[in-house]
Amino acid sequence: MGAPRDAARATEETWPGRDDSDHLRAAVAAAGAHKTPVTIRGSGSKAFLTESAAHAGASLSTLRHTGIVAYRPDELVVTARAGTRLDELARALGAHGQALPFDPPRFGGAGTVGGAVAAGLSGPGRPWLGSVRDAVLGVRIVNGLGQSLAFGGQVLKNVAGYDVSRLMVGAFGTLGLLLEASMRVQPAPEAVAVLAKDCSAEEAATVARGILRAPLPVTGTCHVDGVLRIRLAGSADGVRHARDTLGIDLEAEDDAFFDTVRDHAHPFFFREREPDSAGTLWRLSLPRGAAFDQPDTLVEWAGARAWWRTDAGPDAVHAAARAHQGFATPFGSGTSRTPAAVGKYMRRVKTAFDPDGILNPGAMADAD
Amino acid sequence: MRDPRVIELLKRSLPAASVITETRALGPFETDGLTAIRQKPWVVVLPETVEQVRAVLEICREHDTPVVTRGAGTGLSGGARPLADGVLLTLTKMNRVLEVDTDTCTARVEPGVTNLSITDSVAHHGLYYAPDPSSQLACSIGGNVAENSGGVHCLKYGLTVHNVLGITVQTIEGDQLVLGGKTLDAPGYDLLAAMIGSEGMLGVVTEVVVKLLPEPSVKRALLAAFDDIRQAGDAVAAIIRGGVIPAGLEMMDALAIKAAEDFAHAGYPRDAAAILLCELDGIEAEVEADIGRVRAILDDAGATETRLAATDAERETFWRGRKAAFPAAGRLAPDYYCMDGTIPRRELGAVLAEITALSERYGLSVANVFHAGDGNLHPLILYDSAQPGELEKAEALGGDILTLCVSVGGTVTGEHGVGVEKLDEMCVQFDSGELDQFHRLKAAFDPGGLMNPGKAIPTLARCSEIGGMHVHGGALPHPELERF
Repeated sequence: MGAPRDAARATEETWPGRDDSDHLRAAVAAAGAHKTPVTIRGSGSKAFLTESAAHAGASLSTLRHTGIVAYRPDELVVTARAGTRLDELARALGAHGQALPFDPPRFGGAGTVGGAVAAGLSGPGRPWLGSVRDAVLGVRIVNGLGQSLAFGGQVLKNVAGYDVSRLMVGAFGTLGLLLEASMRVQPAPEAVAVLAKDCSAEEAATVARGILRAPLPVTGTCHVDGVLRIRLAGSADGVRHARDTLGIDLEAEDDAFFDTVRDHAHPFFFREREPDSAGTLWRLSLPRGAAFDQPDTLVEWAGARAWWRTDAGPDAVHAAARAHQGFATPFGSGTSRTPAAVGKYMRRVKTAFDPDGILNPGAMADAD
Repeated sequence: MRDPRVIELLKRSLPAASVITETRALGPFETDGLTAIRQKPWVVVLPETVEQVRAVLEICREHDTPVVTRGAGTGLSGGARPLADGVLLTLTKMNRVLEVDTDTCTARVEPGVTNLSITDSVAHHGLYYAPDPSSQLACSIGGNVAENSGGVHCLKYGLTVHNVLGITVQTIEGDQLVLGGKTLDAPGYDLLAAMIGSEGMLGVVTEVVVKLLPEPSVKRALLAAFDDIRQAGDAVAAIIRGGVIPAGLEMMDALAIKAAEDFAHAGYPRDAAAILLCELDGIEAEVEADIGRVRAILDDAGATETRLAATDAERETFWRGRKAAFPAAGRLAPDYYCMDGTIPRRELGAVLAEITALSERYGLSVANVFHAGDGNLHPLILYDSAQPGELEKAEALGGDILTLCVSVGGTVTGEHGVGVEKLDEMCVQFDSGELDQFHRLKAAFDPGGLMNPGKAIPTLARCSEIGGMHVHGGALPHPELERF
């Protein structure tokens, strides 16, 4: 049986990189033996999200664990090691006219596969193209016991065992050090167009609701500073048809604007980082079509995600999110408010993967 | 093990008609869709409210009695197989659509609502619920969550996990967990993802929030015939490589074509070695362009005939044959055993050839009808349970097919779940560390092991008994056997 499989393997598109998994596994096992914490780090581009965490542990870098382990464009799946840079991966996929569906943010232009999966942040196309979690098909991890374990796989449909792969997404490495991830990829669109119109938050919500009900090739909306932008992506004919249907003016025929939203390079996010800027940046997860209307907000995902910079206290922000049947999380520090019952099981899940609590303590405050 | 106080307490907490203990009345509950395995439960309860579900769980916890949760009983892996000393918690009476929210394009439903009735209740808004398992007329959304059910349209629209936004879960310890909601994500660990596909092992789902999609404005279907099944397999890969994501891409082999044609008269070419059905949907401009591309790809791949359904009626006729394939196969032999492995698409041709070889070796016919676009095979093993030893032979052949799937980089179950059926094959796919991790995750939700015990994840002892079959790095046990 060996021969056909090897032949198939030989034609796989791989970029060898470097396998540092033995070292990473041994480092976690050693930390476990001494019950000393480790702080897992990739490029560090999203470290600010867990900065409040008590960095008690030794830093463990995934940056030497790199490479595309398997990529066959006709399978729509890529498997890459955690330290692989997102831009390297995008280049490899782009050479075959493909891309990750979930547009992971590249803060400061950086970011790795492991960081993208661990943070679980999806870009502007999320309501139409799916999230990080939707695209992850399998992972290899090192759990807190120092065991190297594989879950899921490289196929789209797989229901063998609990879905541990997707549980890892957004867990910030607190359930396991990610060694590699298999992710679904998709064809890159033939044409992109960005439409723009001046409008109020309420009007933007009405347009977003219409879009949700219409089968059009929309892959992004963004309302900020009184302007609603809509991204269309697909075949040239499809994009043209959608432009005619929506009847909104064309602003650009490239991704530049939505890339600034994706990477938080838009001035809205930049303002917040100025040292004397007031207020905290909150991320609100809301139902699609929500009409969230506050000053100093950027609303994307057809209303399902709002970025809100405000001086309001946590109680007021959580109440505002709840009024829309949503959730609020401070972006960068502090904790969300997980209901007590859910928190109880989060802590137990943490213990199931990392009984001594050595992996990234503090990075997922609700689970500590 | 049977504590008589349990029945007494159940009768006190639930309406009289909701507690069934008479032997004859238990009959319909002794099996799910995996009918080869039968076991009468000790008692069946049919709660009508969340409070009654919570009461049942509390009684079971207090009296150390196992609970098996059941929806419509259409599951194909024995996940809802009852226990002789356990409670069968059946949720079919909780079947209301609680809310349809057209602003957020979501519906909030009870677990016993059938898959198809969700779409039926929102269709007049131009919306639908995407996952469509073949059993969608009967299967319940709660069961879909438990199994992470798929269907014909997964390649483009995803599985249950991609289309359920929130669930409410009751745990055996009496906690109510609201996971997700109408939003696209929620803070904390993604316990929603862990629950979906967990086969009733972690908790009982009492409410589900589903995402609704706009009905595509255009749907077209192509039928292509091949005189070589490998060419059909290669055509599937070529379509995907060509940048087209069809709404559905299904394949049938010669035996399945003939059976379906005799049964449903869908106009399939009876002399073809394989046919592909390709459905494209979306807006007219995009679909027209895709039809042109797919036709060219099919011609290049060696299709002997390519037909585009001219009307919606003709499109439905194409699909009628596909949908009738399972009952049609039922007429070829007294019994059939439906398998469910997934493989990388590039292995389709080689794996189908190996299944043919295995079929000859075992002397049992196998018809192949499957979701080619996502590599999800459904080999139907034809046998006669009246012949001594044939069921065992069919099971052994099925086990070999699943081992083959794992060896080429696939999985032992794409959408039917492990249940009791594929426990041994789980030993092939996962090593002891991984199985142990699954058991610890279960214990986080159900420390006493009362929720659907014995399903989905084999014990390490079971795996060591069947002899360490774990396939590692593509190395199969018994390399001396001829394969491919």
